[in-house]
Amino acid sequence: MNRRLERGLRSGGYGVLALVLLGVVWEGYKAVGSPDGFSIGGVRLLPRADDASMPHVSQILQRFGRPEVAAEGSPTVLVAVLRAMWFSFRIALAGWAGGAVVGMVLALLMQRFRTARDALLPYVVVSQTVPLVAIAPVVVGWGGNLAVLGRPWQPWMSVAVISGYLAFFPVAVGMLRGLDSPTAAQLGLMHACAASYWQTLVRLRLPASVGHLIPALRLAAAASVVGAIVAEISTGTRGGVGRLIIEYAQSATGDPPKPWTALLGAAALGLLAAGLVGLVDLTLGRFVPAAAAKGAR
Amino acid sequence: MTPGEQRPGEPAVALRGVEKVFDAAGGSESVTALTDVDLDIAPGEFVSLIGPSGCGKSTLLRLVADLETPTTGTVQVFGKSARQARLDQDYGIAFQSAGLLPWRTVRANIELPLELRRVAKARRWQRADELLTMVGLSDFAASRPHQLSGGMQQRVAIARALAEQPRLLLMDEPFGALDEMTRERMQGELLGLSQRTGCAVVFVTHSIPEAVYLSDRVVVMSPRPGRITEIVPVGLGERGRRDEDTREDAAFFAAVTAVREALRGHPDHAIRTGRGVEKR
Repeated sequence: MNRRLERGLRSGGYGVLALVLLGVVWEGYKAVGSPDGFSIGGVRLLPRADDASMPHVSQILQRFGRPEVAAEGSPTVLVAVLRAMWFSFRIALAGWAGGAVVGMVLALLMQRFRTARDALLPYVVVSQTVPLVAIAPVVVGWGGNLAVLGRPWQPWMSVAVISGYLAFFPVAVGMLRGLDSPTAAQLGLMHACAASYWQTLVRLRLPASVGHLIPALRLAAAASVVGAIVAEISTGTRGGVGRLIIEYAQSATGDPPKPWTALLGAAALGLLAAGLVGLVDLTLGRFVPAAAAKGAR
Repeated sequence: MTPGEQRPGEPAVALRGVEKVFDAAGGSESVTALTDVDLDIAPGEFVSLIGPSGCGKSTLLRLVADLETPTTGTVQVFGKSARQARLDQDYGIAFQSAGLLPWRTVRANIELPLELRRVAKARRWQRADELLTMVGLSDFAASRPHQLSGGMQQRVAIARALAEQPRLLLMDEPFGALDEMTRERMQGELLGLSQRTGCAVVFVTHSIPEAVYLSDRVVVMSPRPGRITEIVPVGLGERGRRDEDTREDAAFFAAVTAVREALRGHPDHAIRTGRGVEKR
């Protein structure tokens, strides 16, 4: 337990270092780059380095502290971004949880029934190639005709569904891989002990799949945040990070650091969501002894 | 449970006219893994299956274990069908890879067959203690498989195979992945274990000295199609009296030569008793 915590802190430290390096690269490029960027034959390969296109890191950070709009009583950008992050986080969480459940059920079905695997897996893969902006109106339209637990369909539910749509895929694929991972010797042993399908599932396949499930859940968390943000924009839901990005982008010319604050908020949300999966790792980690064996993952 | 708990004279394993054909998959031709197999194994007897790749020795073992079903012929284990014997847990099995569950401790791995039979926790713990002592791993009960060497992992697998006190042990090259010294030591331990428990053993191996050292009889097989070509009785005296010095006996070398000749397919050899293919 201690070693896992130590490892977690160390990788957290490396993460902070990476962010610092990113800031250094940003400022470094601004110092040497041209205000017109770098183009070859009319194609801009490197961005413009002027303060309007690439505000200084310090400017962006300072912008968090100043009020959102010039109006009286306007909250600071930091407060506005945090509120939006909280809004989107809860929806993404619902999407992640729902997507994870759907993904796991699909994986169980596909592992158990060969025909289900042959029938469903191609569609599971193809589902991710459909653009979210195309799905959003469909989901909103269907939602308008549904009632959940007696209450009418809320706009945030459409966002959650789309968020779950992106989240279920890595879980389905990862969990299926995990359920298939037991070796022939292990499966032969269960069969020789006359174990039923359920006994084999509970005692062999499920524990074996944890090592594949946790990274899949981490991917699903990041995907659910992306899905939530894009869905907010596509459905026009107010209050979340998606809406915030669009609003702030409108001030890009007059207030260059402002859109970047929203982007940082979105990125932070994704990191937070993926990091929270680490909590799952702590509880289920005993099923992944390979991590203990190698000492690092 | 003693090995005498069956009708006297009834073989532990009886195969009659067994044939196993694997159907063509995706364009390739069907494979006759085994053909015309007749074999009896007496209770408490140690029989090795030896032969080159593709001779069907693993398939034969899997047929006895009911991990495969024969295309024709019958497989009887203690007078029952192989399937019934499997459901009744009449045998224990060990493979070349130990197949331990990495998230379980050594003790929990050994207890697995008992858990699947819903044996009470106290009884499981006690039985695991007995088995750990039997294989000499009592100090490692709480360790994880990745902390053990290959030989120790195989010992856990063997302990697990013995959990239900089976009268039959099926082993598919269990020492194949081990180095020579560990292998010889494990052979000695297996010999002792089989004597103490009195169970019959069907042992698949690639190694002629191993087959000779451990067995009462060596079943020599050949491929294309997989079949039994000869059964060589090992004239080394009682298994209970064999020890490390046996490996340097003249009789040992003679038996090894006999098996080697049988594998090469030479029908005549002065040292063999000349009984050829046996049916007990």
